Amino acid sequence: MTTKTLTVRYFALFRERAGCDREQLAIEADTAGELFAVVARRHGLPHLTDAKVAVNDEMSNFDAVLSDGDTVLFFPPVSGG
Amino acid sequence: MFTVSHQALDLEALKAELPDPGAGACVTFEGWIRDTNYDKPVTALDYEVYEAMALKEGNRVMAEAAEKFDILAARCAHVTGHLEIGDCAVWVGVSAAHRDAAFLACRYIIDEIKKRLPIWKKEFFASGDTGWVNCEHGSQRASPAAPDARGTSSSTE
Repeated sequence: MTTKTLTVRYFALFRERAGCDREQLAIEADTAGELFAVVARRHGLPHLTDAKVAVNDEMSNFDAVLSDGDTVLFFPPVSGG
Repeated sequence: MFTVSHQALDLEALKAELPDPGAGACVTFEGWIRDTNYDKPVTALDYEVYEAMALKEGNRVMAEAAEKFDILAARCAHVTGHLEIGDCAVWVGVSAAHRDAAFLACRYIIDEIKKRLPIWKKEFFASGDTGWVNCEHGSQRASPAAPDARGTSSSTE
């Protein structure tokens, strides 16, 4: 793993639990899933079925490999309508 | 076109975008704020929308509906912010030459909007509790079931 500088954005339940809507982290994480595991532990975020991840405003998946400078968005299960 | 509104929807203005000389059918759907969810009395809802991606994905859904069904026009708008019981949270309208395509496209649009867009609702219960729909229900457990067509796990539809 290499250290990357990433911007992480949180929404809805994740935002409330994290206590912020975004943060910049220098972190050792290769994939979005590894990043989520770290921030979930740090902020006490629940692991919810149907949670989604986006990278640089495009829907992605938790296996996606991250690049230095990426903005990673964590979405709890959606409930529009 | 799909849009996000920070104020109450003007339903007449939305519907005015649908007429076409070739249209023989117009189907509209309104999603209203309901006063109960999981048998618990609900007093109000807060919607949170990540607009940058909701607009992109919402307009993708509209393009898919135009591609899949023989329709003439389609319009959808979703509200963000604080809503009270009876308020309209989402509106879908479709015009088409014939009713089958209008019904099917309207159903497709509302179903995909609910499934795919980064939109969340937080319920305020009469008990004073709050909870994010599909994330928690007064407790910290994950949702026991995915939303279904009868809307038993969501406060609208």
